[in-house]
Amino acid sequence: MTAPALKLTDLHKSFGPAKIIQGVNLEIEKGERHAIIGPNGAGKSTLFNLISGQFWPTSGSVELNGQDISRMKPHEVNRRGLSRSFQVSNVFTNMTVRENVRCGVLYSMGHGYSFWRNVGNLREVQEKTSAILEHVGLIDKANLPAALLPYADQRTLEIAITIAGGAGVILLDEPTAGMSHSETDRAVALIEKATEGKTLIIVEHDMGVVFGLADRISVLVYGEIIATGRPEEIRGDPRVREAYLGDENLEGVA
Amino acid sequence: MSDMATENFANLAPSNAQKFRMRVLPFVLFAAVAVLIPLFGPSRSAYSLLNAIGINIVFALSYNMLLGRAGLLSFGHAVYFGLGGYAALHAMGMIENADGGFWGSVPVFAMPLVGFAGGALAGAVIGWPSCRRAGTAFAMISLGVAELIAAMGFMFGSIFGGEEGISGDRMNGPEVFGLSLGPIGEVYWFIAFWTVLAALLIFAFTRTPLGRMSEATRDNPQRVEFVGYDPTRVRYLVFIAAGGFAGLAGGMSAVNYEIFTPEALSLLPSGFVLIMTYVGGARYFAGPVLGAIVLTYMQSNLSDFTEAWLLYLGLLFITIVMYAPNGLAGIVAGLWNGTRATGMAYLKTWAARVVAIAIAMVGVIVLVEVAVRKSNGYGEVFEPFGLHLTPGSPLTWALVIVPLIVGLGLLRHLARDEQEAGA
Repeated sequence: MTAPALKLTDLHKSFGPAKIIQGVNLEIEKGERHAIIGPNGAGKSTLFNLISGQFWPTSGSVELNGQDISRMKPHEVNRRGLSRSFQVSNVFTNMTVRENVRCGVLYSMGHGYSFWRNVGNLREVQEKTSAILEHVGLIDKANLPAALLPYADQRTLEIAITIAGGAGVILLDEPTAGMSHSETDRAVALIEKATEGKTLIIVEHDMGVVFGLADRISVLVYGEIIATGRPEEIRGDPRVREAYLGDENLEGVA
Repeated sequence: MSDMATENFANLAPSNAQKFRMRVLPFVLFAAVAVLIPLFGPSRSAYSLLNAIGINIVFALSYNMLLGRAGLLSFGHAVYFGLGGYAALHAMGMIENADGGFWGSVPVFAMPLVGFAGGALAGAVIGWPSCRRAGTAFAMISLGVAELIAAMGFMFGSIFGGEEGISGDRMNGPEVFGLSLGPIGEVYWFIAFWTVLAALLIFAFTRTPLGRMSEATRDNPQRVEFVGYDPTRVRYLVFIAAGGFAGLAGGMSAVNYEIFTPEALSLLPSGFVLIMTYVGGARYFAGPVLGAIVLTYMQSNLSDFTEAWLLYLGLLFITIVMYAPNGLAGIVAGLWNGTRATGMAYLKTWAARVVAIAIAMVGVIVLVEVAVRKSNGYGEVFEPFGLHLTPGSPLTWALVIVPLIVGLGLLRHLARDEQEAGA
């Protein structure tokens, strides 16, 4: 049996006296789409930061494909096949859309810190960049400065950069926040397409997105996971109803 | 709505002709100018100014690898210039004393490479701790390091030569391109060669993966981490390269002046390179080149006209920071784009603005010149165009106040017009 894509074991994180994450255990299989939901302040973003190496846990471990990554820096985690997006659009605003994606491609194609090659002449990099732009539907806007993109396109670009390095595990932090209904639908379709065959972990407030997209859902409340299961199990779980969802919300997505 | 706006950008990708015009042509012109200048038979003083400009162009371009491209504000860039220069001078000493052997076969022409090695090595040592931080912490560390190295310069006499510094002789060793490097006209070719080569290399650096990631790190270090790069490492490598090119400029300077003193390591030249780069325009690749030309010219010529030239330099710097943050290159680009977009109307406002500034400058100049002479206490009087401007004379004050009011008033009026027209 292969190791899970991601395994969190008894994970704790405190900031001074404030215990933000209190003993999280979670296993996510390869190829699974996993959503993490929970009320504001439950620690979802902190959990993402722990997984991606921005914070180091106070205790416990994070394993990526069986390898302990809990004491690695973000770029080391990234090189081992985990990539993430951010809650607020976090693109390189002074660059064009194409250059943005190219930044995401370079390292994975073995061009790390090289200063003896002209980026314009790296054929495979250009081809891969164009392929990704095509895949997410931004090829028409490839030469537009990223700062001039409409909001929804910036979010798309964010996802494009995230998948550009070819990571097997993708973390998306509220990818549809601030979008209209039609934009959200398009974003969900894009996420399904872009993360096909990959492991996806998503934090999301839009319950329609969560229940439509996820294979399994974990509910995080006050730094603890109170339930993990398939969407219909979560929907029926009385503790979840009590702690977080509220009855009307659930009716809405049933 | 957005689709309409963006469709026009679909063909924004630069065509080959555009690429040639933007990337190749400027260098061809730059090299052509450098080659053509000697045909006009410059005087000795013109040559020495040109050589100083060449050195400063490379120095300022190396500084902009940090300030403009990597977003790192350094107050101690002269350290790498100076250490590169010292390395080159010591190497020149070895060539002079060489009795065959390795140093006997090294041409003085190659000294900028020794300077590069010296500057890069210094960057590798000093950058290791200082590149862990960006922003204010980096700036403060660079300031501390500059003070530290400058103080060391005065302490270790055998390396830095104490207050007199160390000197060398460039007319030793094998010749390259048939240049003895004796007469200043031959030194010019040496300077021109290395200036063009270094500018080309620094430009090429911006097009490499590391160069692109350095800009990405400037804009968004957090994102850089999640595409697999360590921002600290990116900054460190860029820092080494910038130190190397500063050292290369130092090596050029060592050959040109044949002397280096610990002053060259101090905060003064570090501040000057910052001003050159910023006044020229850190956002543009050509900005530091422009800044180096203008400020080196000011430094050598304005100081003949007035002893208050540093004060004018300060005023220029402050004005640029406040009103033209993209520097001279930004002004040129704005003029070019504005004229192309709106034609003569833009040019007219612009000309009106120049006139307004010139009028205001009359007031400033009279005030400064009269004040400088008064404070010197030699009883000198400022006498432009046969006028006799004493500190007590009403004419003096009229010439200060009226142009200032008229010039600044006109500038305000123009700014308001532009606001209304733009709205």
